[in-house]
Amino acid sequence: MPWQTQDFAADSGPTRLRESPLGLAVRRILRKRSSRVALFVLGVIVLVGLLAPLVAPYNPAAQPDIVGLKDLPPSFAHPFGTDPYSRDVLSRVIFGARLSLMIGVLATIVSLTVGVAYGAISGYAGGVLDAVMMRLLDAFLSIPRLLLLIGVLVAWPRLSIGALVVFLGLTGWFGLSRIVRGQVLALKHAEFITAAQALGASRRRILWRHLLPNLVSPIVVAATLGVAHVIVLEAGLSYLGIGVPQPLASWGNIIQDGSDQVATLWWMALFPGLFMVLTVMTLNILAEALSDAYERR
Amino acid sequence: MTAPLLSIRNLRTWFYTESGVARAVDGVSFDIGSGETLGIVGESGCGKSVTALSILRLIQPPGRIESGSVIEFEGKDIVTLGDEDIRHIRGNRISMIFQEPMSALNPVFTIGDQVAEVARVHAKMSRKDAWDRAVEMLALTGMPDAESRAKQYPHQLSGGMRQRVLIAMALMMKPALVIADEPTTALDVTIQAQILDLLVDLQKKIGTSILMITHDLGVIAETASRVIVMYAGEVVEESDVDELFAKPHHPYTEGLMHSMPHIGHDQERLNVIPGTVPAPTEWPAGCRFRERCPYSWERCESEHPPLYQIGTSHVSRCHLAVEPERRNHPHPPIVVEAGVAAA
Amino acid sequence: MIRQIAQRLVQAAVIVAIVAVITFILIHLAPGDPFSAVMDNPNVSEAVRQTLRVQYGLDRPLPEQFARYVSSLAHGELGWSFSHARPVREVLGSALPNTLLLMGVALVGSFTLGILIALIQVARRGSVTDHALSGISLFLFSMPDFWFVILSLLAFTYWLPIFPVGGAVDLVMHEYMGLGGRIVDRLRHLALPAITLTVLASAAVARYQRAALLDVLPADYIRTARLKGLTERQILRRHALRNALLPIITMIGLSFPALLTGAFFVEKIFAWPGMGYAVVNAIGTRDYPLVVGGVIIGSIMVTLGSLLADLLYALADPRLRGR
Repeated sequence: MPWQTQDFAADSGPTRLRESPLGLAVRRILRKRSSRVALFVLGVIVLVGLLAPLVAPYNPAAQPDIVGLKDLPPSFAHPFGTDPYSRDVLSRVIFGARLSLMIGVLATIVSLTVGVAYGAISGYAGGVLDAVMMRLLDAFLSIPRLLLLIGVLVAWPRLSIGALVVFLGLTGWFGLSRIVRGQVLALKHAEFITAAQALGASRRRILWRHLLPNLVSPIVVAATLGVAHVIVLEAGLSYLGIGVPQPLASWGNIIQDGSDQVATLWWMALFPGLFMVLTVMTLNILAEALSDAYERR
Repeated sequence: MTAPLLSIRNLRTWFYTESGVARAVDGVSFDIGSGETLGIVGESGCGKSVTALSILRLIQPPGRIESGSVIEFEGKDIVTLGDEDIRHIRGNRISMIFQEPMSALNPVFTIGDQVAEVARVHAKMSRKDAWDRAVEMLALTGMPDAESRAKQYPHQLSGGMRQRVLIAMALMMKPALVIADEPTTALDVTIQAQILDLLVDLQKKIGTSILMITHDLGVIAETASRVIVMYAGEVVEESDVDELFAKPHHPYTEGLMHSMPHIGHDQERLNVIPGTVPAPTEWPAGCRFRERCPYSWERCESEHPPLYQIGTSHVSRCHLAVEPERRNHPHPPIVVEAGVAAA
Repeated sequence: MIRQIAQRLVQAAVIVAIVAVITFILIHLAPGDPFSAVMDNPNVSEAVRQTLRVQYGLDRPLPEQFARYVSSLAHGELGWSFSHARPVREVLGSALPNTLLLMGVALVGSFTLGILIALIQVARRGSVTDHALSGISLFLFSMPDFWFVILSLLAFTYWLPIFPVGGAVDLVMHEYMGLGGRIVDRLRHLALPAITLTVLASAAVARYQRAALLDVLPADYIRTARLKGLTERQILRRHALRNALLPIITMIGLSFPALLTGAFFVEKIFAWPGMGYAVVNAIGTRDYPLVVGGVIIGSIMVTLGSLLADLLYALADPRLRGR
């Protein structure tokens, strides 16, 4: 009989090469046109911010002609006009990019650190500690972030930028810690953890080698969105007068400077706002592309 | 011989993907008569489900029914029918039952609602009338206490119950044809038998034809009167059920038969057909089963076999029809020799 | 079911309690006297200072201060507002209904508008309309709230003077109008702030709902519906939407913080006399008790909002209703 028993395993094709999460993400981003454009635009803005002293036509704090240069609408000499303190708005917007982006990134780093630590500890510890930490987290989540910041910042008048960054960071880690905790919980019970333990690996080593790679994707997405949120938040706080201290140039401050005469000084509201929207939009597009890429996995 | 209910001629459904054109169904033709049960059997990937979906024009991009395909039903060609007309057929003249009763029902509506919906859409019945008919239908499928069950939600029913709901849904409008795509695969063995009996029973009562699609020869034996064996997007054998089991002609059919475990037989290992189905984007030239076939010879590589007539209603797509003596010289299939399926 | 409600209420109470503790810590963590702005103000009379000292027990040990704080909170006492010279409870109490009105209208409006837009996008997915709407909602979503509100104010009160500039009623003429006139006046003043907040909030809803609908569409039961011969429209409206609404209900709860924050800016810029307006002005005057009171009430609102959303979800999803 030709149909003898065969003792083999049917192969189903070539095995996929393992791809690092970062490489996968970058490739995915570069594949879609919308995210390529977003990356480019964001890159330009970041570059402008980094090279602010070289790019800006004037010193953002300079007031060369207090009377003659006050409240001028956009012109060749001052493409974004001047403000009530006779400063060039374009230069302030450029330096504002630098400041706002820097605050965004630094605050997000703080958020990520706290968020990952909190979530990891809570998930790993389990039991009562986990329950308590989660309740605490729920409470934090129920206070709208802006409100919490207003509460804190009103108590601390005349804050330095560093402290502002810390406070912004300390209020933005809640969502991420939940995600991290979820990952830790899933991994705690995952089979390959038991397998690794059976092979004699210490628990710490396991967490390090297995947990972190799985966390890369939510962290990267959270970081991108986090920067976007902080930029908007900082602008809002500066607009309310409790954000970046005057006379430093941040996008929110510029809008606030022109808020008294918002109808006549329309350029002071328009340009910083446009840049903000552009920056946040690109960050959102990138975050979406990244989370799509990781989900596809 | 009365005219067939459904007549499929040269159906080709191709999928235009990034990795090439997948010719999932590549020239399939068959007829189904009134009141008859036709079985389609084959492994996953042979194109049987795509055939079923094509009949109801449920192929979504990047898939497409190629021109030249004809699906004649009640005097009209389904392939060229307008959207309105095809919707009139779905659920009404031709209906379909799926493999996964778990997910085929909407979790937020009662089962009574979902069954009644068919009548509301096609017969424009009032809510009350449609509901009553739905309950009737559910009772007909052997659902105990149909009246109160109808008010329940899918998550409150077991797998077997849900399949009865889907059957009731399919039969609401007393369609001329019911396509059953692996209706029992996802169910427990004991329930499988019940559902199959139910289908056969209902068919007698209502007089529909059934197109039974499965990979399980046992199901075919239970329910079908005629069988089509599909492989790699083509029909490779067609015959009456009894003849197929008694005298399978195509080597693939033979292989399928031999891989069925038999109770009472002392077997240490299961028989399998070596190798796997080739990728639908690259059907080999010549006979598509060649590399897994224990009888193949040079002709099989150079000449794509047509459907040869073997008996009065028995066809087979194999050159053994014209060179039957080759059957006496089996050899290890090419895939085994190539070491791909190494021991 | 009742047990679940009771459980959630207890959880909510615990959360509010924790919030109270957090705000207490906030108050006392600040450098110097929590109310130094007032205390240092030479215009504040000694009598008031003494009253405040006693009232807040600033000279008492911390645990006792905490106890008094908690007990006064339990009685609904939120302290004394310096800038208004009235109890915080009164100030916020009279302002809150305005905020609730604004948020209520915006909540209903934004979800209706957002769902509608999502339906249009999904019905025409891949078309120019779909992409255009996606772009617009991304644009709105990425905008800082206050900037959008400023633009809205500029656009519709200055450049195209359709609506009144601010406030809830016409400060001069309102008293003299008849009932119908007064209603119209209120509506005219409510219109632009409400529309602005609605449009702002609907961007997020549209994006979310579109994703939810697209998630649902490949489901098996959608295929079943197609098999039954339903039109694409019927499938979308009857089967897809009903399932995609479930995550949207969760979103209602999640949208409260953003809605509240948005309302704050809308109120400030339009001078709409709600809680946000009071709190924002309290920033300038460093009226700390008022700010803290706002934080507490805001948290309570958010907690209640998410509680409501959870309850609605349990009602809407038959899988959760239990036997």
